Amino acid sequence: MSNDRATSTPFTKGLGFFVVLGIALLIILGIFVSPADVNQGESVRIMYAHVPGAWLAYLAFVMTAVSSAAYLWKRTRSLTWDRIAGASAEVGVLFMGISLVTGSLWGRLTWGTYWTWDARLTTTAFLFVTYIGYLAVRGLGGTHQQRARRSAVLALLAVLEIPLVHFSVELWNTLHQEASVAGRGTDVEMNGLMLFTLFLGVVVFTLMYIWLVLHRQRSLMLEDMLDDSGLDHALSERRAEATQAGH
Amino acid sequence: MSNASQQRFTGTTVIGTARLIAAKDLRVELRSRVLLNQVLPFALIVMVMFAFALDSDAVLERVAPGLVWLAAMFSTLIMVSRSFAVETADGALDQLRSAGVPAMGIFIGKMMALMAQLVVLVTLLILTAVVLYRAELSWAGSVLLVTTGLTATCGLAAVGTLYGGLAAGAKGRETLLPLLLLPVVAPVLIGATRATESAFGTRGVSTGQGWPWLGLLAVFAVLFSVSGAVAFGPLLDD
Repeated sequence: MSNDRATSTPFTKGLGFFVVLGIALLIILGIFVSPADVNQGESVRIMYAHVPGAWLAYLAFVMTAVSSAAYLWKRTRSLTWDRIAGASAEVGVLFMGISLVTGSLWGRLTWGTYWTWDARLTTTAFLFVTYIGYLAVRGLGGTHQQRARRSAVLALLAVLEIPLVHFSVELWNTLHQEASVAGRGTDVEMNGLMLFTLFLGVVVFTLMYIWLVLHRQRSLMLEDMLDDSGLDHALSERRAEATQAGH
Repeated sequence: MSNASQQRFTGTTVIGTARLIAAKDLRVELRSRVLLNQVLPFALIVMVMFAFALDSDAVLERVAPGLVWLAAMFSTLIMVSRSFAVETADGALDQLRSAGVPAMGIFIGKMMALMAQLVVLVTLLILTAVVLYRAELSWAGSVLLVTTGLTATCGLAAVGTLYGGLAAGAKGRETLLPLLLLPVVAPVLIGATRATESAFGTRGVSTGQGWPWLGLLAVFAVLFSVSGAVAFGPLLDD
């Protein structure tokens, strides 16, 4: 395998090294060194994965929207933007799933329930499903340009949809929900080390996001190249057959 | 496609195209009777099944507005699929576009036809709720209900046409459409259900409390009508 087919560069190798180091440090600080919370006890440690995970997912979806807009804008139109949007959405869905799971586990320990119909939670669930749909649309097939255009329009529609869903769930909630559990027992007395751990988590997860998207974007490019070369290959084979039959 | 017909279509305005497309879709329905013979009976059986599942007159009366709109959403999915199956079966959509028919006109036309069919569907569903779930209707409630019905179906038709066009022609679109569409129409479900609750007077909610929810429905309808009309062209051009 020649080197230009690999997805790593010296930059991503260095970045990956720091990400692994940062995660090791985060685990040590989050699980062993930082103190338990006064109200929440040990369950507060879930936060060190949950909050950065949610942050990463939102960052990824914003990036998907921005790259989609960049693809649709004629002056910056390039399939690279489309691949960044796709890679970013994949990473975002993964981490949104992780933060939904960690969040409901934390909720069970702290609120005594896995789920509450709070506007933020409900919107997050909608966001999760919406981007699963986005990834499904990317898998529909057709040419690369078809895929890019379809999914870019969809990503921008999601930007339109999500605030509307959030707003309507909030309305629904305020009028029809008795005192929500969110807000009770959630006050975290943050000491310096806890804040630092959380901050470290956000930084490490952001670096991890960049690292994952760079790799995934390049592997998507290789997939596209494979698609194209597969087509070229089939075409030249048919041509060869035709010339043979002609002789 | 001959040159003459190409010129005739490019000369047509968006509104003219919309009218032609809408009339065409309704004519297809009139002749095939898919809405009448398949979708409306489906919606009815869903309403009956809800009653089996909930198994209590009191509960049914309380949740009737939500069930009406839930059944409407499920039926919308089928109708959107149908609306675009007609277009993609013989590559009609591609031919319309290569003939230079304005995409905005296609969008508005299909949306109008879908909305007309949805109005029939929702009317039937509300009547079913009155008969089966003992929903009560006053005169003031009826005014609210008609306005809600029109606004909500407008929103549903817009978003349905937009996402239907997005999935049109792709393999596996029947299974993809519900995944794409249901999360988007959640605001319509919330708004229309609350407004219908007020119209029915469910749980002692007064009619006046229903009007603010219309705002939400109107915002949704306007937002997706406009973005659909704008985005439909780029979606179809390939």
